[in-house]
Amino acid sequence: MTTQAANTDELYDLYRELILDHARNPRHFGRLQEATHTAQGINPLCGDKLTMYVNVNANRVIQATSFEGSGCAISVASASLLTDTVVGLSVDKAEAVFNAVTDRLTQGSADNESTLDIDLEEPFAKLKALDGVREFPSRVKCATLAWHALHSALNQEATPATTE
Amino acid sequence: MSQTQASSSPIPAGWRDDFPILSQSINGQPLVYLDSAASAQQPASVIDAVARYQREDHANVHRGVHTLSHRATDAFEGARDKIRDFINAANRSEIVLTSGTTESINLVAQSFCRPRIGPGDKIVITHLEHHANIVPWQLVCEQTGAELIVAPIDDEGQLELDSLWSVLTDDVFLLAIGHVSNALGTVNPIKKIIAKARKRGIPVLIDGAQGVPHVPVDVQDLGCDFYAFSGHKMFGPTGTGVLYGREALLEEMPPYQGGGDMILEVSFESTIYNELPYKFEAGTPNIAGVIGLGAAIDYLRNIGMQRIAAYEHDLHDYMVSALQDVDGIRLIGTAVNRASVQSFLLDDIHSHDLGTILDHQGIAIRTGHHCAMPVMTRFGISGTSRASIAFYNTTDDVDRLIKALLKCKQVFG
Repeated sequence: MTTQAANTDELYDLYRELILDHARNPRHFGRLQEATHTAQGINPLCGDKLTMYVNVNANRVIQATSFEGSGCAISVASASLLTDTVVGLSVDKAEAVFNAVTDRLTQGSADNESTLDIDLEEPFAKLKALDGVREFPSRVKCATLAWHALHSALNQEATPATTE
Repeated sequence: MSQTQASSSPIPAGWRDDFPILSQSINGQPLVYLDSAASAQQPASVIDAVARYQREDHANVHRGVHTLSHRATDAFEGARDKIRDFINAANRSEIVLTSGTTESINLVAQSFCRPRIGPGDKIVITHLEHHANIVPWQLVCEQTGAELIVAPIDDEGQLELDSLWSVLTDDVFLLAIGHVSNALGTVNPIKKIIAKARKRGIPVLIDGAQGVPHVPVDVQDLGCDFYAFSGHKMFGPTGTGVLYGREALLEEMPPYQGGGDMILEVSFESTIYNELPYKFEAGTPNIAGVIGLGAAIDYLRNIGMQRIAAYEHDLHDYMVSALQDVDGIRLIGTAVNRASVQSFLLDDIHSHDLGTILDHQGIAIRTGHHCAMPVMTRFGISGTSRASIAFYNTTDDVDRLIKALLKCKQVFG
């Protein structure tokens, strides 16, 4: 395989169809009126901002989520995927998924398979669509922004979450 | 204006080759560097001057009686003379060496404005400014109770001059305005603006960070009171900058920072400040960087700023017309008179995604808000992609950019 072809593969791995679909048609986009937890995520590198809304019931189970804001394809797709996957989870489970996703994206590399052991079993397997960012260090923060905002919302942190 | 015209004037021999960094490949493709407005690359002569100084001449300046200290002082002060000559300041005492445009502007805000303004006074800036020409004035206004006034721009990214004239009232203490917009490339008619302001008794500071690298600057001809610029935007090292100030104003201003080198005599009862420009240069300066800046000026003068401006003007025209031919391009910043940079949007592709795809093809551009968030707000967008050229760029670089943009459309297609 030529370098050129490898390059192109990397690019299409980053912008794979699932990512582009979620970027173009984000799920659960907009304000969640019945939100019990809210947090803002800011990526200071590009100024992208999003707000994550979460409704948690008395049993500490996530009933609904939504987000609004603007961002690049990666950050919007990641937020959209998030809202698609965390509904029905306990807060503890959602936090575990947050840890798994952020660990996977910040520690993994296609050249270093041993770091890919962090399990994202069904129904979270589609979050692996974000794996492409591992070859693009400057874009990892785009992919983790929404997750940091979720974490922040669930912990009701007073200041906006950032990817720093 | 036509593409053929620019194509028929290829880059004069050697200019590109003078910049060692440009000969590498990025992501398997020859580097195309279109981010000089963020930081320009350095010619070998600058890199060598810094290295030679570090290897052979380094010591502290203005202090020792030993040979190295003399050499370091001569080279450092020699660079100041080159800077004075380059912008045609009347006197070397008017060249204050700083860490960059940002520090130069903060110096004026804190030493020129802060002691003398209060509620009822106004500082005027424009909607085009870089954050470095906004936030220092916000700070000094908070500190003093003065008011910050923002002169508007039109949809092309040009100053609305009539509106500017109307806010230049008697209670304005200072007008601070950029020479060339870093986000939109707009070249402001600063000579005319300076003349109008000074006629009304209003001192003028020019943020020249994007001006000095691209157009000849003569501060006496312009008639400005302060002119601030950075070394790293003009092919010199980072961490160097200049504040030109008219001597009479600098004389009246208190020091910006206290420390060594800015004093004549210190006792616990009182301190006598050093003469200009040293009064504003506390602590050991960036000696190597300033010597590098001197070498950058030698390099630029050897080519000639008129020649550089003419070459870049043709290349900018070539880039703009090539961009306009790309389906789905929206140019942001279409002022009649602009230099070096072109901001744009492509379809609904976020600039961050576009930047990644271009980088993957070896092309470096800037994406985002360009430290000019109010400009982005003015156009109702969160950011742009910005290609900025210098004299080491060629029509080939532009052609590669266009090809890469078509690739972006394909990825997002």
